[in-house]
Amino acid sequence: MNRKTGALALAALLSACVNKSQGPRELAGADAARGLELVEAAGCAACHVTPGVRWPQGKVGGSLVGFADRTLISGHAPNQPEALITFLHDPAAMQPGIAMPPTKMSEDDLRDVAAWLYTLDD
Amino acid sequence: MAGWPPPALDPAGPFADPVNTLAWVLFGMGAVVLTVVAIALVIALFGPRAWKRRLGGERLIWIGGLAFPVVVLSGLLVYGLTTTTRLTAEPRPGEMRIRVTGEMWWWRVAYLDGAGREILQDANEVHIPVGQPVVIELESADVIHSFWVPRLAGKVDMIPGRRNFLRFQSDQVGTFGGQCAEYCGGPHALMGLVVIAHGPADFEIWRRRQASPAVGATDGAGQAVFDRAGCGACHTIRGTAFNGTAGPDLTHVGSRRTLGAGILPNNTGTMAGWIGDSQAIKPGNRMPAYPVLTGQELRDVATWLGEQK
Repeated sequence: MNRKTGALALAALLSACVNKSQGPRELAGADAARGLELVEAAGCAACHVTPGVRWPQGKVGGSLVGFADRTLISGHAPNQPEALITFLHDPAAMQPGIAMPPTKMSEDDLRDVAAWLYTLDD
Repeated sequence: MAGWPPPALDPAGPFADPVNTLAWVLFGMGAVVLTVVAIALVIALFGPRAWKRRLGGERLIWIGGLAFPVVVLSGLLVYGLTTTTRLTAEPRPGEMRIRVTGEMWWWRVAYLDGAGREILQDANEVHIPVGQPVVIELESADVIHSFWVPRLAGKVDMIPGRRNFLRFQSDQVGTFGGQCAEYCGGPHALMGLVVIAHGPADFEIWRRRQASPAVGATDGAGQAVFDRAGCGACHTIRGTAFNGTAGPDLTHVGSRRTLGAGILPNNTGTMAGWIGDSQAIKPGNRMPAYPVLTGQELRDVATWLGEQK
């Protein structure tokens, strides 16, 4: 393998990493900005450090910083839109014993919240 | 939380209007005096010689430095005192009375009968009927706090060992944010409250429900956790054996608008977050974090508390 192909392979690898959070995670028609508003109104930050919310910064649950780069949701389900929306709807149905209660949001609201979560890539 | 912190210059009742007017009059007159002084200063520095001579005379001191302030400040003093005395007079027979006691860092609320006896306990929320003056008796359990619901009235201090009065009225059904307005230690800035003005029929419904024991106070996993964790040492839930008085009464906590004294929306999630680690949300408050509860226990107790409507 010469130097040029090595560099190409590296570039391909890197772009694969960058693309990890794209493609299958697109939520058609979902509004990420509205997702953040819903998250603020629901008080999710009472348990989660939440980018875009200055206060509170709860520590009961995991931080949401870099959520889009997370491989698993709550260390459990693959971090993909469908699984995420199912999880947010009623976390304990997917992961018994978890503290997080059902969010009581509509399907559309949850799609917006998921779209916003997938903007958290740093 | 919507409506908190509350807007300060948006009166919604007949006891807030005069305070708002007073504030604007003071601000307006202050602005006029500042402008006149600034113009005089510019003239004194850069103006024509004849103008400077006039400014330098003794007459200006007598008029601008003595007569004007004496007249204007005395007038404002009378205006301010008469306005605020009307708002803070002692309750008259037949007026509705609510006692609010400032605690570090929340509000103990009690509804009183005509003789001044407590007939209902609540916390961090004041419910009033619309279109009727209500007298708030202000006390403190520890340090000086100040009760301020800017859309309904001016602020009045809560002073240990004293009882102050404040009258307010809402002319519209709605929810009004409030805030402690006197620094009272650590989480002072996170000591909020909510005033809810109901229509007369709704107020009666609320009053009756509030007087009854908790509706969800049955057996269950959540109640067992509440018991085991010792929550009842500080919190009362009427209709159960939990009768602590150090913290807020939780008999109808599930029906409250907020948690943590006016600062968080009230739902199962925020309840779990508050119980799990209220210190991360409101550092220094007197409720400890509970890192001993499992996720299941936390969700159970939060769900059960949310059912206490």
